[in-house]
Amino acid sequence: MSARWRGAALFAAVALLVLAVAPAVLDPFRLGLLAKYLCFAIAALGIGLAWGQGGMLTLGQGVFFGLGGYSTAMYLKLHDAGPGNLPDFMVWSGVEELPLLWRPFSSPVFAIAAAVLVPAAAAALLGFLIFRQRVRGAYFAILSQALAAAFVIWLVGRQGLTGGTNGLTHFYDLFGHDPEDDGTKRVLYLVVALVLGALYLLARQLVKSRFGRLLVAVRDGEDRVRFLGYDPAVVKTVAFAVSAAMAGIAGALYVPVVGIISPSLLGVVPSIELVVAVAIGGRYSLAGAVLGGVLLNWAHTTFSEQYPSGWVYLLGLMFVLVIMLAPGGVAGGARRAADALAHRRRPEPGRPGTTPTPGPRRASEPEEAVAP
Amino acid sequence: MNTRAHSPATAERPGSAPAAVPPASPLLEIRGLEVVFNGFRALNGVDLTVNRGELRFLIGPNGAGKTTLIDVITGLTRPSKGSVTFDGTSLAGRREHRIVRLGIGRTFQTSVVFEELTVLENVDLAATFRRPLAALLRQRRGVPDAVADALERIGLAGLADRPAKVLSHGQRQWLEIGMLLAQRPRLLLLDEPVAGMSGDERERTGELLTEIAKDHTVIVVEHDMEFLRRYASQVTVLHEGAVLVEGDVAAVQADPRVQEVYLGRSRNERAKDGESA
Repeated sequence: MSARWRGAALFAAVALLVLAVAPAVLDPFRLGLLAKYLCFAIAALGIGLAWGQGGMLTLGQGVFFGLGGYSTAMYLKLHDAGPGNLPDFMVWSGVEELPLLWRPFSSPVFAIAAAVLVPAAAAALLGFLIFRQRVRGAYFAILSQALAAAFVIWLVGRQGLTGGTNGLTHFYDLFGHDPEDDGTKRVLYLVVALVLGALYLLARQLVKSRFGRLLVAVRDGEDRVRFLGYDPAVVKTVAFAVSAAMAGIAGALYVPVVGIISPSLLGVVPSIELVVAVAIGGRYSLAGAVLGGVLLNWAHTTFSEQYPSGWVYLLGLMFVLVIMLAPGGVAGGARRAADALAHRRRPEPGRPGTTPTPGPRRASEPEEAVAP
Repeated sequence: MNTRAHSPATAERPGSAPAAVPPASPLLEIRGLEVVFNGFRALNGVDLTVNRGELRFLIGPNGAGKTTLIDVITGLTRPSKGSVTFDGTSLAGRREHRIVRLGIGRTFQTSVVFEELTVLENVDLAATFRRPLAALLRQRRGVPDAVADALERIGLAGLADRPAKVLSHGQRQWLEIGMLLAQRPRLLLLDEPVAGMSGDERERTGELLTEIAKDHTVIVVEHDMEFLRRYASQVTVLHEGAVLVEGDVAAVQADPRVQEVYLGRSRNERAKDGESA
């Protein structure tokens, strides 16, 4: 019980910090950066769900982030161009008629729905085909990564349709507001923060439900789950689709916040970067995944300002260190510390009549309070 | 949220069934079953009939095909020939979870429980597979009756909220049996339930088995002769992928063929093991 209240208090404190304190103390530029980090945190939350809880190491989340981002960007481009006109980059590419794919995106409702539903549907279709064939582990990781690579190649190759390498940028009107305006930036920041909070609560509810327990069971013993009468492919597909929808929402919010979506934001490297963020924050904890998403992207921005080429090496180093020294990441470490503290304060009474002999330990277990 | 098992097809409640069911109606029928692994004949024409309410022991020397037989019934291994019929339904080509949904449950030689989940959650998941996925999105409130029953039977009610990773080997085997009971299957397949258990644990498992067999149809694969003598009634002996002898435990033990291939062989094997070790 008390743990539950502690969790609620912590959530409220963080919410206060993010919703009230940050907008008051940060200048619009920094607030915009924080909004960007929070977008990545939304995508990281989805990875926490798929990878941390479901064991699906998805190295292609950039694809779903991109699908969400391009959906919004296509609407904004069409809106800026006005009815009957082509977006600027199409004119430069010599396109004369609006491609069929673009047409429905003149409706903002369609664009926003597509930003969530297209990634979810793509992941559901893909996931079901893959998981049904019992492709998993490293094979799934490689497959998802290949998907990200292929998606980028396609985007770059179709200049007239997608804006190619440059992607889609230069948005001038955001539902009647100037995206460069400080007030707009503040509102955008608040929207991102609220969406993140809502999705966090949703994901938490999912993890606590029977479905969440089943997802963990699939992660730890997929073959055993079959003999409980469940089809692991369905369970994984649902989790993967939810995670993709979150990445899509992240991408959809990223576009108005940052003002661009381009292939370089969603290829193999950014996809892996998201996964590394989750690993560092703590993949077994949703809060850890969110924290990782914010921290790593903050570090990325800050570090790249000083040493643009050093970032990738630092990233790799951090990943290796976390995997070797703290598989549970920051959140796992924090929990371990809290458990150790609680044990010292109130040693667990010995239970008579039971013989708790721990089974073979696995290195990936984050929540072990006992020293080996 | 009340949580009895819901499907009418599986409404056979423990404690209510045996009196109503005619004693000799076959629940599982296996005919001419063959399994070939890379040229090795693991099963070579097995015929086996198990009636409702029966407790059947399946024994045989190493490599006789006992576990393979269980694997075929539960869909883990595809037979090259022959048929498996469960309550009039052919199991051919069905995937594992479909077979579970028909009412066949199993345990494994090396118990696999979900270490990160609590004992209660392990059993609860086993009990809820018939619900639609959407119903699983809600949080569990309280303990369903079937789950409480199963926990009580396996004697782990006191450890319900502990993670399964703290359980001893014997307790894990019981947890598996508990999960199996919570599934409310019509046929239970236990693969070497007492392997690696201490004497006390064997005894408790034997009692548990006797108790379960009162209101379930059970097939037990077992290696342990002492356990067999104490708890078995009907025994099927497998040898080199085929049924050698079938009958009650005394008759099977007295059969010279069994003594030759099983007891004799196992003594030889023990001698061989001693040499090689």
